[in-house]
Amino acid sequence: MTTVDTNAARSSGGAGGNSLTYAIGLRCMRLALAAAAVIAAGYLMNNLFVWARDYPESWVMPISRYISAFFDWLGYKADFGLFTFRDLTRAVSQVLEWPLAFTEGLLVSGFGGVPLLPLPWVTVTLIFSLAGLLLGSWRLAAILLGCFTFLAVFGVWEPAMNTFSLVLVIVPFAALMGMAAGVVLAGAPRLERGLSPVLDVMQSTPHFAYLAPIVVLFGFGQVPALIATVIFAAPPMIRCTLVGLRSVSPELIECGRMAGCTKWQLLSKVRFPAAAATLLLGLNQVIMQTLAMVVIASLIGASGLGHDLLIALNSLKLGTALELGAAIVVLAVALDRLSLAASRYDPYKRGEQKRRRGILLFGVVLCAATVAAAPFADGLHLYPAAYTVTSAPFWDAVVIYVSDEWYDGLQAFKNFLLSYVLIPSRNALLWLPWPVVIALVAMTGYRIGGGKLAATVATLAAFPLITGFWVPTMITLYMIAMAVVVSILIGLPIGLLASRNERLSSFILLICDTLQTFPSFVYLIPVVMLFKVGDVAAITAVIAYATVPMIRYTNLGLRRVSAQTKEAAEAIGCTKRQLLWKVELPLALPEIMLGINQTIMMGLFMVAIAALVGTKDLGQQIARALSDGDTGRGLIAGLCIASLGITADRILRTWSRKRSEALGLTG
Amino acid sequence: MFKLMTQRVMRKGILCGILMGSTALATMSPAYADSAEPIKIVENNWTSQLVLSRITGALLEKAGYNVEYKPADNQLQFVAIGNGDMHVQVEVWEGTHRTSFQRQLDAGRMIDAGSHDAVTREDWWYPAYMEKTCPGLPDYEALNKCAEAFATPETAPKGRYLGGPIDWEKPDPERIEALGMDFEVVNAGQASTLWAELDAAYRREEPIVLFNWTPNWVEARYDGKFIEFPEHDAKCETDPSWGTNPELTHDCGNPRAGWLKKGVWSGMEEEWPGAYEIIQNVNFTNEHIAQAAAMVDVDGLKPEEAAEQWIKENENVWNAWLN
Repeated sequence: MTTVDTNAARSSGGAGGNSLTYAIGLRCMRLALAAAAVIAAGYLMNNLFVWARDYPESWVMPISRYISAFFDWLGYKADFGLFTFRDLTRAVSQVLEWPLAFTEGLLVSGFGGVPLLPLPWVTVTLIFSLAGLLLGSWRLAAILLGCFTFLAVFGVWEPAMNTFSLVLVIVPFAALMGMAAGVVLAGAPRLERGLSPVLDVMQSTPHFAYLAPIVVLFGFGQVPALIATVIFAAPPMIRCTLVGLRSVSPELIECGRMAGCTKWQLLSKVRFPAAAATLLLGLNQVIMQTLAMVVIASLIGASGLGHDLLIALNSLKLGTALELGAAIVVLAVALDRLSLAASRYDPYKRGEQKRRRGILLFGVVLCAATVAAAPFADGLHLYPAAYTVTSAPFWDAVVIYVSDEWYDGLQAFKNFLLSYVLIPSRNALLWLPWPVVIALVAMTGYRIGGGKLAATVATLAAFPLITGFWVPTMITLYMIAMAVVVSILIGLPIGLLASRNERLSSFILLICDTLQTFPSFVYLIPVVMLFKVGDVAAITAVIAYATVPMIRYTNLGLRRVSAQTKEAAEAIGCTKRQLLWKVELPLALPEIMLGINQTIMMGLFMVAIAALVGTKDLGQQIARALSDGDTGRGLIAGLCIASLGITADRILRTWSRKRSEALGLTG
Repeated sequence: MFKLMTQRVMRKGILCGILMGSTALATMSPAYADSAEPIKIVENNWTSQLVLSRITGALLEKAGYNVEYKPADNQLQFVAIGNGDMHVQVEVWEGTHRTSFQRQLDAGRMIDAGSHDAVTREDWWYPAYMEKTCPGLPDYEALNKCAEAFATPETAPKGRYLGGPIDWEKPDPERIEALGMDFEVVNAGQASTLWAELDAAYRREEPIVLFNWTPNWVEARYDGKFIEFPEHDAKCETDPSWGTNPELTHDCGNPRAGWLKKGVWSGMEEEWPGAYEIIQNVNFTNEHIAQAAAMVDVDGLKPEEAAEQWIKENENVWNAWLN
């Protein structure tokens, strides 16, 4: 077995001739044999044992009922004598309410007695443009000016500020928590291994699964929106902190120690700066994930862009919805670029002090002037409605044009895809009896990571079975597998391209930001117009969202390969191709694997959204549980999604670690 | 050891104290009749509900109450109202909300504040041009005869019925089986995807039969009718012997005149007795709702502007509610 593998590896590395054809032939034969064995086992089991074909109802463990009962007790009955559990969570809610009320007062509603608030739109725009100028350059100032003027001119200022006031609290909160957790976990590898599945669960369990208990415990409004968002947005920050800190070279840390750094100095002056690129990606992800949550937050009482967007969508005002979606992207881009500049800002640069003083003085005077002038001029305070513009009719026309013109061609393509790829693979997966599926998973685990991994993944695979969600889990698996494979195939080359060229990269990353924050609810509509409700529409939506991390992390990983290494490789005579395959890609493997992990997690996360275009998978189960008020069922279905993600993650991670070790790379 | 324990107990006590203090502050609302605390009205994401909420809110403001509007999900809103985090929902639909509403009523966390005169209907619906392809519509048997015209690769040879939002589900698979129809349900997931498909199909005059409801803005823009199934009866859902199929339940359509209720938090009567009475009196008819929704969907007003205009035009209607 091993000989064949090494042979194959060697021959693909360049040695041609007979041994290559031989190895490939052997491989194909073994694959065919394995497939035949699986089919035979499936056929036999399906025909011999009824329990293997359909998992008996009576074997299902009623875990979801216990969970429902538990949450009912926790939410309405749990009493610790002095106070109930709900009092406790509500108290936490009260505390979290303060910063939210502050930003909301500042930007939207004003405070009872304080005059001049909320801040006029001119002032807010000025503050952010000047911050851009201070921390970055004229260019950044112009971008921020453009962003905020866009919100005003397109007449979405009020909902946008509503959303912004929420985001301004969530982002630092999630980023700091994520970073702190990352630092702690980086120093405690055992704890990290234990908590890693928790991160996966946090990230891949769709919100709909846990919104109901959050609403019971934390109430309705901005706070539960904050909690739901933090659960979702913090994991990428934690992961990036971990990967970033781990990849700091031991020599550098040693060097810091020798210079007499305290622990804190070592962290803030050596390890953080050295890991800056990855940490920044984490921050970028927190911002993007937070804004991606805007629509969901509106379901639990956070007013703003998300709510307006759903209203527009429900009366099929596509153009309007598109503009509101664009406003969300604009906020994301503004925050992201500003935070990027802030992290690169060097206050000790020559002449910086003077420049800073000038800008600050100028800014304070200008802001004070606009705030003072606002009560006397209406247009200063709220952008005059008469001067707003809208591009909605144009976009409506575009969508109609596209859906009419492209329909026939795409229809043929869709029918082909459905009849020859999607439906057969779904049916095959559903036809396989569950013992065969679990055995396959366990065998894969065994081949890659030995007995322990096999046991872990087999247990994970059995979870949906014993909780009674086997069929929807298989449908989810089929959709995700299709989408993730395509996402990786698209994302890897694009990330590669982006890493080669500075200008192309900033353009591609802007598209990534857009795809990630632009509410999928909006682009689902044209997709549905073209493909109709069904699997193709759902898979397309998942791909659009899940390709983003693949691009981002590939780009990052390749960029982090040091110039010296590349130079050295060129010096010993590597061709461009060898450089890429033998040096860059292997060195970027940790980031690329993180990218695949994130692609899977985001794909799984999108399953709940894909349920909105009519799939019969776990997402649908979750939504149904929500309408039945069945917390337990929703959570278990959510955990089934997470179990798929963790299984994939465990297998891939072990594989990549083995590869890294084989290549002599550690850490 | 003992010292350590007392310390721990004390620390716990202090924590409790702090937490209790902040909760006490939070829940300390004046207990006298008709509190000055804002009444929180739920806003959903469809037009009629938004305008009706704004009208009701404006009327409450006229009566001297403070009002706040908060967006909420279709189903989660009931949990929120039950907990007293939100207080009023002016559109509780029989079809969509019955289960969630009933659960809160049973737990004593919400109160049924009466029905509107308006009736609602939620059922299978087709655009008018389908009558050319399927003569005999809106009868369900006529629909069944040309089921194949509605087929897609996913459902072929069966016809495809585009079902409602997932949190809105109807016993469609049961009905299809009980009435022996050659159809398969594909769920649209959310309202906007329903309209996206309808809009695209309507422009191309493609066959489509989908879930729809009334009152709804869709009627004004697309011409079509509900499929007529055997008339609904409460027994139809529980008693197999009822109806055309003696062995199965659900051999009937959805109610043709479903209720539309107002639901409020159970503590409302105590906290704002006057407001509670007003909500009980509020009573919209189908015409009112159509009129109010058209102001937004046709005339392009914002919900709050539409509410203002409606109030201006219908003074005699709401005067009766306030007194």
